Amino acid sequence: MIATKPPTYPWRTAKNVALALLAWVIALTFFFPIAWMISSAFKTENQAFATPPVIIFQPIFDNFSLAFAKYGPALKNSLIAAIGSTLLSFLLGLPAAFSMVFYPNSRSRSTLLWVISTKMMPPVGVIVPLYLIFKDLQLLDTIFGLTLMYTTMNLPLVIWMMHSYLSEIPIEILEAARVDGASLQHEFLRIAMPLAAPGIASTALLCIIFAWNEAFFALNLTNVDGAPLSVYISGFKTTQGLFWAGLSAAATLVILPVMAFGWSAQRQLVQGLTMGAVK
Amino acid sequence: MTVQHRSLKKKKNAGRTSKLPALLLLAPALGFLILTTQVPFIMTIYYSLFRYSLVDPFKRPFIGLENYVTLFTDPLSVPVLLNTLVLVLSVIALTIIFGAALALLFNRPFFGRSVARTLLIGPFFIMPVITALIWKNSLLNPVFGLFGMASQALGFEAIDWLAQYPMVSIIMMVTWEWTPFALLILLTSLQSLPTDQLEAARLDGASQLQEFWFIVMPHWTRAFEVVVLLEAIFILQIYGEIYIATSGGPGLATTNLPFFIFQKAFGEYSIGMASAAGVIAVVIANIMTALFLRLVNRNATLEVKS
Repeated sequence: MIATKPPTYPWRTAKNVALALLAWVIALTFFFPIAWMISSAFKTENQAFATPPVIIFQPIFDNFSLAFAKYGPALKNSLIAAIGSTLLSFLLGLPAAFSMVFYPNSRSRSTLLWVISTKMMPPVGVIVPLYLIFKDLQLLDTIFGLTLMYTTMNLPLVIWMMHSYLSEIPIEILEAARVDGASLQHEFLRIAMPLAAPGIASTALLCIIFAWNEAFFALNLTNVDGAPLSVYISGFKTTQGLFWAGLSAAATLVILPVMAFGWSAQRQLVQGLTMGAVK
Repeated sequence: MTVQHRSLKKKKNAGRTSKLPALLLLAPALGFLILTTQVPFIMTIYYSLFRYSLVDPFKRPFIGLENYVTLFTDPLSVPVLLNTLVLVLSVIALTIIFGAALALLFNRPFFGRSVARTLLIGPFFIMPVITALIWKNSLLNPVFGLFGMASQALGFEAIDWLAQYPMVSIIMMVTWEWTPFALLILLTSLQSLPTDQLEAARLDGASQLQEFWFIVMPHWTRAFEVVVLLEAIFILQIYGEIYIATSGGPGLATTNLPFFIFQKAFGEYSIGMASAAGVIAVVIANIMTALFLRLVNRNATLEVKS
């Protein structure tokens, strides 16, 4: 940053090494519970809750095959809810964001802020009537009903993120197309969509993460048939370590894809979480 | 600024007269959101004015604000409001302190920094119910949890965290989850600090402390505001962790608003009370949201200007 390079003193190097070491120690401490659970997934049930803790062991894979055999239906539901709600959110949200950016009116800004505010609404404020409506419409314990609620959760995020990506398209490109007499479909499909593609990908990852990890709607609106992974995992809440190795294997399978997604979308995460309030 | 913002947008709209396609593209999304958020919320307000129990759904007398009065005076619900407040405020304070310290630490280049940061933000991506299971089983359990084993190895008694210090336990696990969030936002903000200001200050011979106080802090304060407001909104909604780790207990020790609403509605079928509590949660969240949207809006108008 500065042209003149400060001279290197030994104490300064020592301080840098100490601070780097501190950062690493804290990072590893934070990650440790996750690493410990993943390691438990490769232990026998006895090793998983042995005192003192077993650190060196012969890894086994039985827990994973057992988990795979049991969590199939919940996995299917989670995939349907996460991917389905993401698709539906884009189906509704992309045209809306396109309309707000390319055909704005005096109310576009306040509409966008209102959309963001719906994202901040606590689900507890709507759960009671939703439960009663779902009961009447026979949507309780269905993956379709849950997918609808996850769409509500992710739609504001999609509109916001797409709005900010589409706003970056230079006006000149659009004007040139309009002079050439481009139709609405052409503007949307040939100009907006290709330019927004990278934004679509990372926003979709965020939507999938949020839907995948959601528990409140899942626990209150589904039970067996429509239950996603969060409900399946919650079923083990009273086991108190009895199936810890098996549960660790199931949990590992649940968290690994999401962590991979989250790590790869780190930059967009801040934008998506703060709605652009921090850059 | 706003005027400039509008005029820019108007230019984009040049040559288009028909508003119909724009409306048709917008309507489905807005309709969906109104149908799934605003309509049920209005119903929640309506239910909150009745003594309405699913045990006897056809007898529901209008009682005005009685549910709200009960909520703020009943010894069975006042602790719930206090718990919610304690949880939200403690987690915000702790994550701000840890997040800020870590952001300063990670704003310096060092070996393997991006790997270390990636590991550090891991907890934020863990499904909350799994977070609770990890803490409950492998850390806090007095018999085979690592905390218990460690304190025994050091010659102390093992603590049954969830029974003896239930709220502290919940605060610990939620702090573990949300510290990465604070770190990410505070670090992003630090890294976007305009370097020319720093250079100018250094040329003027500002000390490190002056540099931090007069250049870094004014820029950084905004990120703190964002963290506080967003955490206030999202920690208010904590549910999965409590459902798994303590079920709101022992007694009411860890029952917060969302868990209380769940118990009232689906445990006691007391729709009126649950609705009143839901309205309170939304009112609190809306105040935070209004403050937050002012920050978003300020940023958006500034963006157009630059």
